[in-house]
Amino acid sequence: MDKLFTKQPSQNITSRRRFLKASAATTGGLVIGFNLTIGGRLATAQDAMAPVAAKGPNLNQPNAFLRIAEDGAVVVQVKHIEIGQGVLTSLPMLVAEELGCDWSKVRSELAPAAPVYSHTAFGMQITGGSSSVVNSWVQLRTVGAMARMMLVSTAASRWKVDAAKCRVANGMVIGPAGQKAAFGELADAAAMLPTPEKVALKSVKDFTLIGKPTKRIDAPAKVDGTAKFGLDITAKQIPNLHTALVAHAPIFGAKVKKFDASKVNGISGVTHVVQIESGVAVVAKSFWAAKNGRDALQIEWDLEGGSTADTAKMSKQYADLAKTPGVVAKKGNPDAVKGAVKSLVAEFELPYLAHAAMEPLNCTVSVAGDKCELWVGSQLQTLDAAAAARVAGVPVQNVKLNTMLAGGGFGRRTNLSSDYIVEAVEIAKKVGVPVKMVWTREDDMKGGSYRPMFAHRVEAGLDAANKIVGWNHTVVGQSLVAGTVFEGGFVKEGVDATSVEGIVDTPYDIPNMHTTLHTTKNGVPVLFLRAVGHTHTAFAMETTMDELAKLAGQDPVAFRRGYLAKQPRVLNTLNLAAEKANWGSSLPKGRARGVAVHESFGSVVAHVVEVSMEKGALKIHRIVSAIDCGLVVNPLTVTAQVESAIVYGMSAALYGKVSLNDGVVEQSNFDSYPVMRMTEMPKVEVYFVPAGEAPTGVGEPGMPPIAPAIANAVFALTGKRLRSLPLDLASLKA
Amino acid sequence: MVLFTVNGERISTNVNPSTPLLWFLRDNLQLTGTKYGCGMALCGACTVHVDGNPIRSCSTPLSAVAGKKITTIEVIGKTPVGKKVQEAWLAEDVVQCGYCQSGQIMSAAALLAKNKAPTDADIDVAMSGNICRCGTYNRVRAAIKVAASGKGSPAPAAAPAKKPAKA
Repeated sequence: MDKLFTKQPSQNITSRRRFLKASAATTGGLVIGFNLTIGGRLATAQDAMAPVAAKGPNLNQPNAFLRIAEDGAVVVQVKHIEIGQGVLTSLPMLVAEELGCDWSKVRSELAPAAPVYSHTAFGMQITGGSSSVVNSWVQLRTVGAMARMMLVSTAASRWKVDAAKCRVANGMVIGPAGQKAAFGELADAAAMLPTPEKVALKSVKDFTLIGKPTKRIDAPAKVDGTAKFGLDITAKQIPNLHTALVAHAPIFGAKVKKFDASKVNGISGVTHVVQIESGVAVVAKSFWAAKNGRDALQIEWDLEGGSTADTAKMSKQYADLAKTPGVVAKKGNPDAVKGAVKSLVAEFELPYLAHAAMEPLNCTVSVAGDKCELWVGSQLQTLDAAAAARVAGVPVQNVKLNTMLAGGGFGRRTNLSSDYIVEAVEIAKKVGVPVKMVWTREDDMKGGSYRPMFAHRVEAGLDAANKIVGWNHTVVGQSLVAGTVFEGGFVKEGVDATSVEGIVDTPYDIPNMHTTLHTTKNGVPVLFLRAVGHTHTAFAMETTMDELAKLAGQDPVAFRRGYLAKQPRVLNTLNLAAEKANWGSSLPKGRARGVAVHESFGSVVAHVVEVSMEKGALKIHRIVSAIDCGLVVNPLTVTAQVESAIVYGMSAALYGKVSLNDGVVEQSNFDSYPVMRMTEMPKVEVYFVPAGEAPTGVGEPGMPPIAPAIANAVFALTGKRLRSLPLDLASLKA
Repeated sequence: MVLFTVNGERISTNVNPSTPLLWFLRDNLQLTGTKYGCGMALCGACTVHVDGNPIRSCSTPLSAVAGKKITTIEVIGKTPVGKKVQEAWLAEDVVQCGYCQSGQIMSAAALLAKNKAPTDADIDVAMSGNICRCGTYNRVRAAIKVAASGKGSPAPAAAPAKKPAKA
């Protein structure tokens, strides 16, 4: 096994929920137990890459997390990839809060792959689970505090005063007699000190930066075109860089039988055509030459053993399966619903979804001798580096993975199979020149790793007092983690926790709730997509709650409140959204509201959506959102991420669908897989529930409740209950 | 041989004239600020100006720009409108992942060059071809209005790292 796996990652992720809760309970003023030091000084990035080659201590050298330069520049190494969620700003804020530096001098850099940058709970370098700030909360404030203490000690001994009588402000240490020394001039000497063993962190009430609206550090480079994404690596950075495109099989799992490159060879710029495990690669001096080369390839595929998944057939199969009990995910009393006075049966279907990040997938690789270097926007550097080592045939410590800015991630780059990384390394190794392998938009959309298709069936009932007496819930769909290194952590007794999250742990106090799961297999690659299982479970849960409210003859908000007495966070969030949206007040004729609330990734989000039909089309006018994400680190980021999750969720609710016909994916680009555009964008208001001494998740929790809130608003407006996504808007025109 | 100018520089090239302008900019001139998103003029990430008009460079062959003036995100800040737009983008903290933003800014700059006070409907028309998967649309709209009104606060709160990522 690779060195990277000596620490078994899956043991640390048995419960993300438990981890998030534990982290949320961790507040300021703590003694720090984890090891940031090597030989008594702060670990450096070089140490992390090559522990034996550590050189003299020097804060001017890149530290693992922090470097203070002579001019006072504070450079924070950000261990999570920036995919739009704002970590290049929010993580440095954690360091800067404790360090006491001048925020205007803070820079961020994306950290390369290295064990020191492992997620503090997952034990590997990963960006996911809305946990970048959460898992860095104590770690990075500690880094800042340690450095501050070392700088203060240095100044104090220089001035021969008590360190306790010194303070820091704006990048200066200030002594008791008004002495001043800039961090930059103290940094070298400070680095010679041993790192403090105990660090006291600030109390929340003393924060001066955390909680303040703070603009993005990465914005300037993203408005003038200088920001470098993975796809922007050119021969300027890597001499002799070539571009590679791969012709993939028409169905998942098919192999090349034979190919004819005779028509490719005459194309100017094409340098290599090579067969690889997953298809045939054309390597050229430019993208366009590679594309023309690929178009000219003639390939005969061996379809035997490939996936023949067909979503039209699966629709019926899944619905039938959902009528039978599956493996028990959470035991309740399935017979209780039989005693209901009023009951309902609701069948839901949710399709495969493509992540469709703006930047098509790509990976640049140079393999030379026993070394392999990658430039890639990776959300899972540890596994991608290990996969690269395996394919390149080099020791994993000889793999250098440079984390690039990514044009969106949404889980596609939390790549459990490392599919496109594997391809790129295989090509680079075969052709002997550095290659930038690019998946076109079509490759990306047809390439799998989708949010799986799911069916849900809910039977629920009310008693004579209109209280829920039973709720039988069956889920049907593929496992996200079966056969991956995450399986051990997530699959228990035949139940993939990600398939039923949001149901089995619902905050609603529903009696006799009984949940079962059918896990299907069909060869279509699946992967985490923003908000993971909650993307489908919240839809079934919150639509059903709305239907039950109707069945009970009650207001949807009031009905929900009745099951949240023991859940103050959820209740407060629901109430805040309802209050800000003037829930219950009259609307102009032809408009209606819908509501949904859902807890995920340690946070709670409620949306109230206002809709109308205009010229036969659904128009979403306004969305009022409330979020409880614990302590808000950067209000600008939280607001942006709630809006972002809304837009991503609206695309899925209104349009998102990948279908397969006898194994062939039917969508290919934004014409056949439409997404939200400016014209459809509603007004969005985001409100924070004042709460918490530590942050909880932000990137994902806004997404799960948006689809049900829209569907519930559609019901309120039209009386039509839409239980499948994307919403069948054509049916509303009738 | 195709002749045109890119950001004020005269370019002559023997590259196949059917090559999309996008890939010539990115691969031959290494102007990577202009992005590839779809290759079919569906997403707007590749928007550049040709004689001041916004076009999708992924679907515009070199032969179609012969004799024309091409402006990309790399120099749009040197025009008064482009500068205002970029400042407004910083003032409104528009970007998230940032990948679509070159195209958004080029579309917005082209709009404001011709329409100093665009209405919401004007903005819809000009910007509906630019997809943002992060969902920055409301801040894009706000920034266009700030740029139009000239009321932007040009200084970002954070002193920028010119290149936050190691490239």
